[in-house]
Amino acid sequence: MPKDSGIGASTKRREDVRFLTGNGKYTDDINIYGQTYVHFVRADVAHATINSIDTSTAESMPGVLKVFTGADFEAVGGLPCGWQVTDRHGEPMQEPKHPIIAHGKIRHVGEIVAAVVAESLTQARDAGEAIEMDLSELPAVIDMKNAVAGGTKVHDELSGNLCYDWGFVEENKGAVDEAIKNAAHVTTLELVNNRLVANPMEPRVAVGEYDQSDDMHTLHTTSQNPHVIRLLMGAFVLGIPEHKLRVVAPDVGGGFGTKIFHYAEEAFCTFAAKAVKRPVKWTSTRSEAFMSDAHGRDHVTKIELALDADNNFTAVRTETYANMGAYLSTFAPSVPTWLHGTLMAGNYKTPAIYVNVKAVFTNTVPVDAYRGAGRPEATFQLERVIDQAARELGVDPIALRRQNFVTEFPYATPVAVEYDTGDYEATMAKLEEIADVGGFAARRAESEKNGKLRGLGVNCYIEACGIAPSNLVGQLGARAGLYDAATVRVNATGSISVMVGAHSHGQGHETSFPQVISEMIGIPEDQIDIVHGDTSKIPFGMGTYGSRSLAVCGSAMVRAAEKVINKAKKIAAHLLEASDADIELKDGTFSVAGTDKSVAWGEVTLAAYVPHNYPLEDIEPGLEETAFYDPANFTYPAGAYACEVELDPETGKVTIESFSAADDFGNVINPMIVSGQVHGGIAQGVGQALLENCSYDEDGQLISASYMDYAMPRADDLPFYSVDHSCQTPCTHNPLGVKGCGEAGAIGSPPSVVNAVLDAINSGGKKVAHIDMPLTPHRVWSAMNNA
Amino acid sequence: MYAFDIERPKSVADAVAALGTEDAMPLGGGQTLIPTLKQRLASPAKLVSLTGVEEMVGVSTDHGMLRIGGATTHATVAAEAASSFPGLAGLASHIGDPAVRNRGTIGGSLANNDPAACYPAAALGTGATIITSNREIAADDYFEGMFTTALHEGEVITAVSFPIPEKANYQKFLQPASRFALVGVFVAKYSDGVRVAVTGASNNGVFRWEEAEAALSADFSADAISGLSVSADDMISDLHGDAAYRAHLVKVMTGRAVTAAA
Repeated sequence: MPKDSGIGASTKRREDVRFLTGNGKYTDDINIYGQTYVHFVRADVAHATINSIDTSTAESMPGVLKVFTGADFEAVGGLPCGWQVTDRHGEPMQEPKHPIIAHGKIRHVGEIVAAVVAESLTQARDAGEAIEMDLSELPAVIDMKNAVAGGTKVHDELSGNLCYDWGFVEENKGAVDEAIKNAAHVTTLELVNNRLVANPMEPRVAVGEYDQSDDMHTLHTTSQNPHVIRLLMGAFVLGIPEHKLRVVAPDVGGGFGTKIFHYAEEAFCTFAAKAVKRPVKWTSTRSEAFMSDAHGRDHVTKIELALDADNNFTAVRTETYANMGAYLSTFAPSVPTWLHGTLMAGNYKTPAIYVNVKAVFTNTVPVDAYRGAGRPEATFQLERVIDQAARELGVDPIALRRQNFVTEFPYATPVAVEYDTGDYEATMAKLEEIADVGGFAARRAESEKNGKLRGLGVNCYIEACGIAPSNLVGQLGARAGLYDAATVRVNATGSISVMVGAHSHGQGHETSFPQVISEMIGIPEDQIDIVHGDTSKIPFGMGTYGSRSLAVCGSAMVRAAEKVINKAKKIAAHLLEASDADIELKDGTFSVAGTDKSVAWGEVTLAAYVPHNYPLEDIEPGLEETAFYDPANFTYPAGAYACEVELDPETGKVTIESFSAADDFGNVINPMIVSGQVHGGIAQGVGQALLENCSYDEDGQLISASYMDYAMPRADDLPFYSVDHSCQTPCTHNPLGVKGCGEAGAIGSPPSVVNAVLDAINSGGKKVAHIDMPLTPHRVWSAMNNA
Repeated sequence: MYAFDIERPKSVADAVAALGTEDAMPLGGGQTLIPTLKQRLASPAKLVSLTGVEEMVGVSTDHGMLRIGGATTHATVAAEAASSFPGLAGLASHIGDPAVRNRGTIGGSLANNDPAACYPAAALGTGATIITSNREIAADDYFEGMFTTALHEGEVITAVSFPIPEKANYQKFLQPASRFALVGVFVAKYSDGVRVAVTGASNNGVFRWEEAEAALSADFSADAISGLSVSADDMISDLHGDAAYRAHLVKVMTGRAVTAAA
């Protein structure tokens, strides 16, 4: 019988009441008395020298307060990069300056070249059009392999366009080369992991405020991690100490990674608010979002899988070109390295693995983490090459995977991580059941009767979540700790406010976090509220990304709640005239073991704040505790996905007939929310596999710069999903035994979609080894036509 | 958008008069013009809204002809032409999404002549007559290439008159992002022959596939065109499909339209 509250209950999302009734409070809903508006003049060429900018006409136009150019930011720090990767030769990556406003040179379409602050947005736009620029256009560097081959440089001060050449694990290289040389069979694939635009429903917004009476800066912004923004912008860009800078991220309408990073517009609005002594607001248009939000993915990879005569995997070798874009976005260098190379073992006991990644600067929008961040790229190449190996060897792709599963835990991979727990056979067996793999042949026959091809694609995935052990990531180049924090504040009458470092922008924390506290104390969920998104209210936590909120911040909350309960037991012991050790807490009531003496939660909390009968000599009044939690390891959610497609051979059009996901997320707090996270992730994975493609022409013009050309998945592109998370091997090192579920859908789904389409094509007699995503009707038809 | 004046005339005569001033533009349902204005890609001094001109709204039949007022929305066509000309109603019911269909008008679509719009295929595929504020133009003379028509400055499409075919069908293969027609084919069978018009595919805008018309006039079945091929010359190549693919789809969609109509 499903529970109706606490851990394991599908409690309806309380935040949806305001979201679905139009009462959400988003950054764009914030309007401050005296507010001004900024319009950013953005580059319409990809690469140019700025000879001069004439703002004189613009400055004299109606309503204009001030026009800013790169020169105004010369004394200000550039946007910092939060992760330094060390290359194969022990050298640090090349790290160019990242200006708030382009100065001297333009390096991508969409880069800010000037900014007009005016009384109204229309006035700002009008003045922006009156700014005259004298530019000398330069050849654009777009293709990554051309970029590293030499020629035009994106950054004149760097030695070339290579950011780093990373080898992992460098000591494995010899053994891997040897294993591939001696293999019974080697399957090789060259593939592209297509560049994506995150497209959260809410575009980015920033409102900067400055109060000169107390020298206080406030930035309201669409962020997944307000404390990270406060630290980066305050310490590295604008030189504002933390106590004079408040960052508020209220309701945020989707992040998907692209709202992790510190952006120029945030620093600009904070800086300009002081300069013009008025609040300054910027709301991104959708067009601006396409050319200024950090993009995702964009890898070009060659992967080789070696097998012995018994089809055991013996080695994996990869060479990847990873696009950084024109500048290093906040966490960009970590994505193709530590979030990608460390996952190349997948769910398999391949003994020898070597990953090479060349990160490249190009005249394109910076690329950074997007839902999954490195792990989708790892999963895609590995699960594609395994499927192709099965086809080449004429063996069942599920059996080939099974044969190579890691089965004993903990398991130390050859790529430096240790999986604490898992059961890949269990999720595969569950998948076969929910996807009705056994009934596929009959369904294929039915499709063929109708002139259609039908394909079944399967893949496994593993990801590293719960980011991350600070001492480990520090060694790997992170310039921040990745713990989180929570404060549990019990009020006098027993209700609770929990201030958390995690930020909810669709994940439902306001519902699921109280379920945990409710379970621990035994009071109703509605007695517990979550406070998040305001650095003036919450402890210094690191925010939400990398499926970390519950595993890291939730663990901090549990630790803080444990402290609260321990203290409350002491108070209860005093009230009940018993020993602390004999006090039990159940269903919101403290009792003395073995007796009928008890005191309610509310009586204890009231005693803490009205300490008339209270052991003041032993314990402080009040009931509020904070805990910081730094995880001992990553968590390793894993699972098996299946996609079934029907393909119209006349047009190349693919229809997804069913999609099944069997995930092991460890313990699950709210199954409904977990299912929703998987649904959304699959939608984005299907979008990547079939529809979405961020495309530049050779001059660096973004040719998919609106929804007329950038295809987002719509409801009718997607099937009803069959999602299961009943296979649960709890994480061994966090107190909730949870692993994280936010990215799994996006990581696990693209390979099964592509595998399914290729299965369909090959079933029709055409030999096609690979098609690069997105598998549009045109690409599928062309591949079939050329086969 | 830039500032502009707006007029809302109640008659065609007043609309034409209002359009006589400098930099005035007609506004139908605004499904193309309003986004263009918002992006500051057009700067008319005055917009003349046509949707309040009652004589330009409505669907009626008379002696085998279906007449649709120029300011009639796609949703109205979808509902009111359903029994008299289901092929056209079907086309209207699949333009854009409900919001687009409740605002967008047939006159606006034909005046804009987007190379991927649906209505031009129906007008050309039926040999419709475009009735304007000062003349009647045969569809064969009306479409002059992408975004170009025989309309003069200030001339308003007041109605479109379609000869109702015995059988008709429109097949649209969607461009995945915009969901405009990557290729759309309208096939109409009359007692004296078959017309086939193709949208979305050609650099020259909507066109008639005359070879298929001849073959289908002799034998109205998908098999009749199986031996034909469509030249990829002049076909559009873009992110969503190259010329060869579009040429191929013209034939596939034509066959499907014939099968669906037959």
